Amino acid sequence: MRLLEAENLTVRTADGRELLQDVSFRLARGDRLGLIGESGAGKSLTVLAVVGLLPAGMAASGRVLLDGEPILGAPERVLNTVRGRGIAVVFQDPLAALDPLMRVGAQVAEPLRRHRGLRGAAARRAVLEALAEVRLSDPDRIARSYPHEISGGQRQRVAMAMALACEPAFLIADEPTAALDGTVQAEMLALLDRLVTARGMGLLFVGHDLAVVARISHRILVLEGGRAVEEGEVGDVLRAPSHPHTRDLVSAARRLHGALERMLP
Amino acid sequence: MLSEVSFEVTAGRGLALVGESGAGKTTLVRLMLGLLRPRTGQVLLDGLPLRGRMRALRHAVQPVFQDPYSSLDPRRRVDRIVGEPLRSLGIARGATATAMVEEALRTVGLPPDAARRYPHEFSGGQRQRIAIARAIAASPRVLLADEPVSALDTATRLRLLDLLADLRESRRLTVVLVSHDLAVVAALCEETVVLDRGRVVERGSTAEVLGSPRHPCTRRLVAAVPRLPGAANRPQTRSDL
Repeated sequence: MRLLEAENLTVRTADGRELLQDVSFRLARGDRLGLIGESGAGKSLTVLAVVGLLPAGMAASGRVLLDGEPILGAPERVLNTVRGRGIAVVFQDPLAALDPLMRVGAQVAEPLRRHRGLRGAAARRAVLEALAEVRLSDPDRIARSYPHEISGGQRQRVAMAMALACEPAFLIADEPTAALDGTVQAEMLALLDRLVTARGMGLLFVGHDLAVVARISHRILVLEGGRAVEEGEVGDVLRAPSHPHTRDLVSAARRLHGALERMLP
Repeated sequence: MLSEVSFEVTAGRGLALVGESGAGKTTLVRLMLGLLRPRTGQVLLDGLPLRGRMRALRHAVQPVFQDPYSSLDPRRRVDRIVGEPLRSLGIARGATATAMVEEALRTVGLPPDAARRYPHEFSGGQRQRIAIARAIAASPRVLLADEPVSALDTATRLRLLDLLADLRESRRLTVVLVSHDLAVVAALCEETVVLDRGRVVERGSTAEVLGSPRHPCTRRLVAAVPRLPGAANRPQTRSDL
């Protein structure tokens, strides 16, 4: 799978309100697109619409194509394949992705079984490899732990290991570091950076912190009130934002970082 | 949890407590609010031990917590929430209290009709303003802010930082800030104390501590700051990305 496209992606509520309007983007393997906007801009809706997980009462229209094949509104059977090997998602809150009553190892084994048909010793080996790949020290202990027994940063790494277990062509990371503190966030971004490069995945990185999104993305797409208002190379957008909203985002981020930037070496 | 931590907060100056998760920041906040008692050592307010002086502490120090969605009682109207310290400290009631609540809401930039609404009717940023209004209603000397803007997006974060900076000026408030976000620390506090595994490892002026970090922990925190490419004084190269 080489190409993920959204064309005029629109999301409406049951009473006809448009929460997302005509959002289009193109993501090839090896590309990294950052989706940025404030709370309520439509970032997470875009993600949910792309992977067919919109909440009840919302409907998506337009087209989402994976290698030219329409996946928007495709039957659940097709989407289940898409969500494993095609597109994997890591959400902000790893607790939401993890079953609190199940040991971590069993949860990582689940997608390995489903998508790669691994069982028994082979599955156990693959679980430990997957946990080691996201740089969890002591994978044995982590595999035997329940989610509440490990830290927030470790949980996010486990969620990442599960997302990567099926070797997806595209990874969508929806604010994966927003709940983590500084050094853990930096380690997580470095890990994401390395894994995306090593596997040649396409990355759609969603965030509201411009510095974080710029750190990991090549291009960014700016959303405001459910519409895409600007797209471009990260450097170009930061240097010369053309849409007023992008200008506001960039100047707000520069002001927020201003006092610190003047102090840092 | 904490070991031999000493620092003092100077009236009128902003002090930041920074450190990684598990460094002991939250424990320190609880100690300063009198919610925990240290096994050894003591917390002093105006030079006197806190023990038995909880009322004086509440008059002097008011907290603002991180999560605007869980720190406000959803069943209470905003005027009840903001007026709570006035009632519990016996500062004012009736029409006087109402006027003070209105004044607090105006100070944080909320419309007067906010008083009659409920927390769920407000955005995250507005809810944090309600929490700040509650904290300042009783005119404390110190605002103890634990990650006050971490849950908010950039523009909202900036507006709240402006508000906190204004309050420092206009009300001569002393701000004690607990945060892992160094941008917020630099914007709001002249002094910084760095905690690592329950100990103070570095302290001094914020510009010095963050500008020339000496302890490995401080260096780690500074190195982890996501930098905006093309920021002031920095060459704009592709490798910045």
